Amino acid sequence: MEAFSVLVGQASGETAADAKNIAAAAGAGYAYGLAAIGPGIGIGYLVGKSVEAMARQPEAAGMVRTTMFLGIAFTEALALIGFVVFILLKFA
Amino acid sequence: MTTPATGDAFTTRFEGPAPEVAVSKDMIKRGLLVAPLLIAACAVIWGTDGALSSAYGIAIVLANFGLAAALIAFTARISIGLMMGAVLFGYLIRLALIFLAVWLVKDTPWISLPALGSTIIVTHLGLLFWEMKYVAISLAYPGLKPTDS
Repeated sequence: MEAFSVLVGQASGETAADAKNIAAAAGAGYAYGLAAIGPGIGIGYLVGKSVEAMARQPEAAGMVRTTMFLGIAFTEALALIGFVVFILLKFA
Repeated sequence: MTTPATGDAFTTRFEGPAPEVAVSKDMIKRGLLVAPLLIAACAVIWGTDGALSSAYGIAIVLANFGLAAALIAFTARISIGLMMGAVLFGYLIRLALIFLAVWLVKDTPWISLPALGSTIIVTHLGLLFWEMKYVAISLAYPGLKPTDS
């Protein structure tokens, strides 16, 4: 936040376009970072429980691994949405 | 398929065919089937740049699926504890690779970022929902499992 305040402070002496660019860059960074945290927690929980299930009941491992893989991919979709918002804010 | 060495998560390992590789191959096949349709749609909306960006986005998504499946399949043969670590670090590495793939082309003249972004989301979610239908049917009714024919 301090870095962001410094950037905004520096931007006050700049043009409105510069301030807008700085705000967009900061917003993009927050969007990407926050969007990656949730799926990270979700994937950790998902895989942890799957490993527990496979260790406890190895005969069901095929089914657990299939659903785990799809679960990981669905969870990762959230991070990808955040990433797309990031590239659109930052580079577009 | 399952041959656990012991009941411990750190030493249990699975040999034989990996289900995530089969799922991933299915998704890649379907992705290649619908790719012309997606590319054509993006070409209509964003022109030639959109078509090229869309093709690049589809390639990123399919490579991401393949890499994720390969990582799980490879590490599950060693230990499911290692698999867990590989999935978590793999998530970070794959996000970084996707960022790198986009960053490398962001200033090229043929890239259309809205086309690339929308293709990534639509392809990723679309293929997952498509595959989920077959996996759900297979798990609930194993007799209806889709065959290669």
